[in-house]
Amino acid sequence: MGKVVYEKSKGLTDNPLSYCPGCLHGTIHKLVAESLVELEVLDRAVTVASVGCSVVAYQFFNCDAVQAAHGRAPAVATGIKRVSPDSIVFTYQGDGDLAAIGMAEIVHAAHRGENITVIFVNNGIYGMTGGQMAPTTLITQKTSTSPFGRKEATTGKPLKVSEMIAQIPSAYYIERVSAHTVPHLVKAKKAIKKAFENQIHGKGFSMVEVLSTCSIGWHMTPVESLSHVENSMMPYFPLGVYKDEGEVIS
Amino acid sequence: MANLLTIETKRCKGCGLCAYVCPKKILELDMSNVNDKGYNPIKCIDMSECTACAMCARMCPDSVIKVERDV
Ligand SMILES: Cc1ncc(C[n+]2csc(CCOP(=O)(O)OP(=O)(O)O)c2C)c(N)n1
Ligand code: SF4
Ligand code: SF4
Repeated sequence: MGKVVYEKSKGLTDNPLSYCPGCLHGTIHKLVAESLVELEVLDRAVTVASVGCSVVAYQFFNCDAVQAAHGRAPAVATGIKRVSPDSIVFTYQGDGDLAAIGMAEIVHAAHRGENITVIFVNNGIYGMTGGQMAPTTLITQKTSTSPFGRKEATTGKPLKVSEMIAQIPSAYYIERVSAHTVPHLVKAKKAIKKAFENQIHGKGFSMVEVLSTCSIGWHMTPVESLSHVENSMMPYFPLGVYKDEGEVIS
Repeated sequence: MANLLTIETKRCKGCGLCAYVCPKKILELDMSNVNDKGYNPIKCIDMSECTACAMCARMCPDSVIKVERDV
């Protein structure tokens, strides 16, 4: 008999994922699902899906779920957590959702110190709607709404969300990780688990930003997209812990 | 006995991320096969080289690969 080293997580349903080939949304889903199973909270977990390619995440996580209006997932998660404090509530949001239309909701959920977990997937683009520029799109990056490349003069520099949210006094834990190599996945899972553990222990607002890909929107192959994360995204969005136990890490 | 990869070919989207991260370079897209989704699924070309490190399975977005180590 062989010893199972890796198999599909019980935290995921059998539904085939709706994501494009090689999209790291799927890989990040696995980290979240495995964390919920390992912490033995899957049966009381509630997903708050956002608007973006992960809009149907409720079909993939094997737990209760709600789908929120665009950007409003942290507000919906606030309501669920407050009426059902034993539930382990997490939002799963893209950068168009969290950093553009939903910026007010994420800021004020952190501001109030809500005891929720936020999984923030930063792929630098609006994937679902056809690859438009996001607040996190890199300078010179071509998108369908910045066909000549993003220009600082007209659209400013990309938002550094983890750095920003870490400055909010009541935010408890903020870390940026990446999903583009297996060693990075190990670290990313540790961070996601910690963000859930914080909620289990009533510590307050935890957010993990995960650098991800969108090979369709980036017009690259899935493998080229991994190098793009390493060579272009990571220098601008440094990985690391920005806030721990309520203290800003500089 | 050897290590075992169970590849659920019908779920595979042929993205090649597993092949890219495999340290032994023994995974390849099977160009002679097309699954119901229309993708060339991944296959292992030399199971005797597999160390059951599970790098492929961890990277795969679609949870296609199960890895078992011979004990
Ligand atoms: C109120 C509202 N405005 C705009 C849209 C259109 N819309 C759908 S998804 C999306 C952006 C999603 O991008 P992101 O959050 O980065 O997720 P990704 O698709 O890249 O995973 C937008 C603008 C909408 N659905 N609802
Ligand atoms: S459009 Fe981009 S983000 Fe959306 S599923 Fe495809 S690769 Fe993933
Ligand atoms: S990573 Fe998964 S979906 Fe992509 S080719 Fe390999 S087995 Fe198929």
